[in-house]
Amino acid sequence: MELTWKKRKKNTIIPGFSLTLGYTMIYLSLIVLLPLSMVFFNTISMSWNEFYETITHPRAVASYKLTFGAAFAAGLINVVFGTIIAWVLIRYEFPGKKIIDGLVDLPFALPTAVAGIALTSLYAPNGWIGQFFDFKISFTPLGIIIALTFIGLPFIVRTVQPVLQNLSSEVEEASASLGANRFQTFTKVIFPELLPAILTGFSLAFARALGEYGSVVFIAGNMPMKTEITPLIIMTKLEQYDYAGATAIATVMLVASFVLLFVINMIQWVTNRKFNQQ
Amino acid sequence: MAKLIDINQEASASISTTSTKPYVLQEAAWIKWTLITISLLFLTLFLFLPLVSIFATALSQGWNTYVASITEPDALSAIKLTLIVALIVVPLNAIFGIAAAWAITKFSFKGKNFLITLIDLPFAISPVIAGLVFILLFGAQGLFGNWLFEHDIKIVFALPGMVLATLFVTFPFVARELIPLMQMQGITEEEASISLGASGLKTFFRVTLPNIKWGLLYGLILCNARAMGEFGAVSVVSGHIRGMTNTMPLHIEILYNEYQFTAAFAVASLMSILGIITIIIKNIIEWKAKNV
Amino acid sequence: MGKIKKLLLPLLFLVAVLLVGCGEDTEKAAEQTGESKETPTNETTAAKEPVEILNVSYDPTRELYTEFNEAFAAHWKEETGQDVTFQQSHGGSGKQGRAVIDGLEADVVTLALAYDIDEIAQTRQLLNEDWQTEFEHNSSPYTSTMVFLVRKGNPKNIKDWEDLVRDDVSVITPNPKTSGGARWNYLAAWGYAAKKFNGDEEKIKQFMKDLFVNVEVLDSGARGSTTTFVERGIGDVLIAWENEAYLSLNELGKDEFEIVTPSLSILAEPPVAVVDKIVDKKGTREVAQSYLEYLYSDEGQEIAAKNYYRPRNEEILEKYKDQFQTLDLITIDDFGGWQEAQKTHFADGGTFDEIYQ
Repeated sequence: MELTWKKRKKNTIIPGFSLTLGYTMIYLSLIVLLPLSMVFFNTISMSWNEFYETITHPRAVASYKLTFGAAFAAGLINVVFGTIIAWVLIRYEFPGKKIIDGLVDLPFALPTAVAGIALTSLYAPNGWIGQFFDFKISFTPLGIIIALTFIGLPFIVRTVQPVLQNLSSEVEEASASLGANRFQTFTKVIFPELLPAILTGFSLAFARALGEYGSVVFIAGNMPMKTEITPLIIMTKLEQYDYAGATAIATVMLVASFVLLFVINMIQWVTNRKFNQQ
Repeated sequence: MAKLIDINQEASASISTTSTKPYVLQEAAWIKWTLITISLLFLTLFLFLPLVSIFATALSQGWNTYVASITEPDALSAIKLTLIVALIVVPLNAIFGIAAAWAITKFSFKGKNFLITLIDLPFAISPVIAGLVFILLFGAQGLFGNWLFEHDIKIVFALPGMVLATLFVTFPFVARELIPLMQMQGITEEEASISLGASGLKTFFRVTLPNIKWGLLYGLILCNARAMGEFGAVSVVSGHIRGMTNTMPLHIEILYNEYQFTAAFAVASLMSILGIITIIIKNIIEWKAKNV
Repeated sequence: MGKIKKLLLPLLFLVAVLLVGCGEDTEKAAEQTGESKETPTNETTAAKEPVEILNVSYDPTRELYTEFNEAFAAHWKEETGQDVTFQQSHGGSGKQGRAVIDGLEADVVTLALAYDIDEIAQTRQLLNEDWQTEFEHNSSPYTSTMVFLVRKGNPKNIKDWEDLVRDDVSVITPNPKTSGGARWNYLAAWGYAAKKFNGDEEKIKQFMKDLFVNVEVLDSGARGSTTTFVERGIGDVLIAWENEAYLSLNELGKDEFEIVTPSLSILAEPPVAVVDKIVDKKGTREVAQSYLEYLYSDEGQEIAAKNYYRPRNEEILEKYKDQFQTLDLITIDDFGGWQEAQKTHFADGGTFDEIYQ
């Protein structure tokens, strides 16, 4: 910690550096780092072979595929519809727009268990929506994707909205005056500008979806190899008194989260640099 | 991840302007209305219908059953516990958020980005793991388990454990809201205040706080919404003792498992109302922030 | 100097934070004990302090213990003049066992399987390993068995276990890995197949495989499965605790479902135990012991029967014989006891995992 302070570049007259940074570090360590270190601490009790076997067990692997696949699919759905919704909310006027704009935050404010129960009953074969489909939605991977789409929607909409808003109309005008039609302007001019925001929103929704538990357990059906998500495997292992196994799988998820956050930060770093160059 | 949640603000702070644009910059009417229809349809399927179904089921057996289910003692104690947890968690994370934002935005030091990533971390961690780590720490077999048992201090399966798990899950919210905001505002005003002889604390209250108050409030609201709604992490550390360690989301699950679907949805609708109020307050704040 | 000051400040802060943290915890602990003393009604100030019992139980016993707790509280009050209040915690049997191991301070545990209590005894020595000899009948004051719940009129004509492996039948059962009831289900089906195929292991496994191919939703607990079957309308047959099947019939619609009793099932013995270390720490041994003993009393047995658990008391069983059909019952001892059954069938790499390979 001391090293960090010595390397401080500028001297500023603003006080409170050690106080606030110290407090930040301590609070961060107590609430986040110390508890998280327990995951690794507990995994150490396993031999490498045991660890490897646990995390590559066919059921675990199937759950990674499902969790990542469903989170990815939900992210993609949200990219398409989230961008459209952001576009509609920024560019068009229509009655009820304000209310709709506010309600986009709903998945954020609604407890995930409530969302899970509500979605399950809607999309079950005898539910309001489910009855119109010949195939099952709840209790299949499709149901998981729906729950994760619900959870992730605000992230895309809320990252794309401000960028779309700040897009200067001059570029669009220039593009149009050079003879591009509206579609070309969108794909060649607007979309590239939106891309970093879309990617960030996608990564956020994706990261959140990977860990989601509350809403998914209700709608998933929880069949091993088919509709069993990774957080559920952790729970299952815990309920069989297999702590080491649970923490081993948790380690895999933690590493995945680290990597994802890193990617998000990279995207933003690249975007910021591009922005600064302009 | 600098734009985790903060974007909401800029987003809706700017919704208003849809000026008349040159023809070339507008889509054909049919495209416009197709897009609007798609949006509405999508939102209906994924947002409105779930919400409506909650209220429909909650009220399916009449208003009296509804009131009875949310005023029943176990429900009331769940509501109380949820509020207590939120009341402890939100201020603690707010103080942290302000301290962290101050350190990160007013000074430059090595490893800042790493620190920001660490602060973001709880956001990307599964709530199940968030609960598990506190069991590993304070559970009877955990690091401090024996010591706690001997001294008769209960952390997991009691209020402190639930507070800790909620603190963890809502950790980044206030900090993430304030950091970009304070970054944008820079340090010149504070420097001026200090060089005029004001103390650090005075500078914070007189100069910084007025600048960030709407952002701060918004962060508090998000933090609060998540704190009240958290299910996975709290479920791991709660112990599910009726009337004692059940928060509202857990109480909903219990009712649901007792085949009291109407009651479960009644409590759920109460939480949805809280969520909607949150959104309304948020919009008022944004509106004020814009007009200050 | 300046550097020292910079170092000192965070340190001071750390100390302050820790102090505040500790203060908070003890305060909370104090608050809680204070609360627990206040909750019971203090109208008749008898010689004894009111006492509080935490009963950690599994999912389908909610209704049973709600009724029984009231009866016992009245009985105890009459007997000793002491007020007793109950805290109930319900969930999947495995989850509840884990919670007790991790520090949920249960005075008594009333779980679905002896295995879960064994686990508590072994990992934390909270009670003696021979706890099951503590009360009569393997410490199981009531029993149950596994039956089928089908839709009204039995449209798929499901009579016995072999109908469950038919291609056109869809089955709902919880996950044996997480649900105690599901393990009884699994073993009952296994027992049926063992009898049918004269113990031919390959054929039994094929039977189990065919059965689980038909399982559409594998919820984590018994209650989840019932909800899936009853509310969501999924599946043709639900394998359930007899008491759960009756309860769903009464709570959710007699005219929609009916119960089918298979030719053979398993004698499910949900055990109860006093958690020695906790009651000694809290000083609640006497009342906890009497509480569980009272389950064997006439009133306790009557309440169990009313909640569709098969009472041990022959007379009371006779009185309720209409609701408890006779059938062939195998027991857990046919599988060599729970430790053995767990290892062969449900542990990682057991026969259940083979099904889903």
